[in-house]
Amino acid sequence: MQELLRRNPAARAWALIMPSLVFLLVFFVAPLFIVLIYSFLTRGKYGGVVWQFNPENFQRALDPLYFSTFLRSIYIAVVTTLICLVLGYPLAYWITTRPPGQRNLLMLALMIPFWTNFLIRTYAWLTLLRTNTGLINVSLMSLGVIKKPLPLFANDFAIILGLVYGWLPVMVLPIYAALERLDKSLIEAAQDLYATNRHVFLRVIWPLSLPGVVAGSMLVFIPAIGSFVTPAILGGGKSLMIGNIISNQFLAAHDWPFGSALSTLMMLVMLLGTLIYFRSALREGGGV
Amino acid sequence: MTTETLTATQERARPQPRRLALGSWLLSGYGIVGYLFLYLPIIIVVIFSFNDSRSTAKWAGFTIDWYREMLADRQIILSLWNSLFVAIVSTAISTVMGTLAAMGLERYSFRGKLAVDSILYLPIIIPDIAMAIMLLIFFNVSGIGFEPWRVQFLGNRLAVPYSVIIGHVAFNISFVAVVVRARLANMDRTLEEAAQDLYANTWQTFRRVTLPMLMPGILGGALLAFTLSLDDFVITFFTSGAGFNTLPVRVFGMIKKGVTPKINAVSTLMLLFSLALIFISILLRTRAGDEEETIQFGM
Repeated sequence: MQELLRRNPAARAWALIMPSLVFLLVFFVAPLFIVLIYSFLTRGKYGGVVWQFNPENFQRALDPLYFSTFLRSIYIAVVTTLICLVLGYPLAYWITTRPPGQRNLLMLALMIPFWTNFLIRTYAWLTLLRTNTGLINVSLMSLGVIKKPLPLFANDFAIILGLVYGWLPVMVLPIYAALERLDKSLIEAAQDLYATNRHVFLRVIWPLSLPGVVAGSMLVFIPAIGSFVTPAILGGGKSLMIGNIISNQFLAAHDWPFGSALSTLMMLVMLLGTLIYFRSALREGGGV
Repeated sequence: MTTETLTATQERARPQPRRLALGSWLLSGYGIVGYLFLYLPIIIVVIFSFNDSRSTAKWAGFTIDWYREMLADRQIILSLWNSLFVAIVSTAISTVMGTLAAMGLERYSFRGKLAVDSILYLPIIIPDIAMAIMLLIFFNVSGIGFEPWRVQFLGNRLAVPYSVIIGHVAFNISFVAVVVRARLANMDRTLEEAAQDLYANTWQTFRRVTLPMLMPGILGGALLAFTLSLDDFVITFFTSGAGFNTLPVRVFGMIKKGVTPKINAVSTLMLLFSLALIFISILLRTRAGDEEETIQFGM
């Protein structure tokens, strides 16, 4: 055995990787396949499953009741990603215009909220947005600005705000990294050639920052589509996303095959969204 | 009239710098508003943890009663110990496994590397709700995991389901591997070669050269795993079965029952934990003298 390890580098590599690989094969890959298989099985009478092929789970997922939630989740994830991009890009740009020492400090200050608990950050918005007892409505009403509370809570607005708040830092991070690496002499060259500010941005800065934009968008879109905590807290039990419907199948309805089918579809949507985005981003990046 | 014409001429003469100046003022203002947006909600949570009323919207004077209530709540204290225990154990396991995997993947090329890479990175990409559901079904089907590990931890009797620890290790391995691998990729290999030229064997080279140089990466990975484990709600919630709470799971239950400043007090406690961990990671990073890692740790 030792002899084999000494002679053969590949054997040495496998020996190093083996513990993680076996662990993940058992506790990640196997569960993934079980979910795929379960999504084609029949629901048991008292929870659990019956081993009988049943494609109806996917048909049921396309039922308007569930399909509309799917579409809403995609809509919320896309809007969240776009808002994060529109808010995050100038923020990243601003940080790159600061002196180097300040830059590191600002990046750190950006990541501190991100490393605090997501649940707590969502709860913070709950105390701000709640209809009759939230800080924003209570303050505005006692100041006499509004007479009736604003509809800030238990709707898509609240969920999108919570998600933007939660994921904005991971949008800024890769865009900042891309902008920071950008060769400043290219901008000067463009300006020397009488490019307007708009052209400098559109033809030089934006295309070169595209890898950061793509990475940031993925880092926001993927967790946003799989949201569970944000809609559970800020959706007020009314405004739900696909993650909540899935969890209900396991915790309340005890329909595991259907829950598995929904999970499978969610992962497919995630995968498709990623692929489409990458392709269009590559095309745009390649066109310059 | 004359002054106006003069300004107009001046503006026409050098329009570029003026607009840029205005632009940079706007940008700075925007940047500051952006940071306020990130910090104000958290600060408000902390402020109202000291509110002398049940309200989290109207200030009614200062008190530390909510902290007293929090400390008197045995459920909360127990869930805090549970959180710490799960984080420590899962960090230890995933740090060892993730570091080994990182070395295998970074230092050698072999057939099937791409497949191993994909398996290793998939847990990072997949949404936590999907991973939680996968594990929930798996533990139910296989019948393993839900039985508790009964353990004495710093004078507290805990009963921690193995499933929770397994779940945390499953998502932490990948993060440790990524961080350690980044460090390995940036490491100067000439020192290791020098050691081998001086007749150090493989073990000696690893123990005396590679490991010390790799240490900041390993500690960074461990710290990341510890933070993720302490913060995790979704995977713990779905893999714990009934009756087991970590602090985030407990807080979620409390939020579902209603908002009180007591939750603000617990939140403030958790914020302090996070801040302490961030502070430690900064110390580590400055000691390692590695600026690149700011970005890597962030990822």
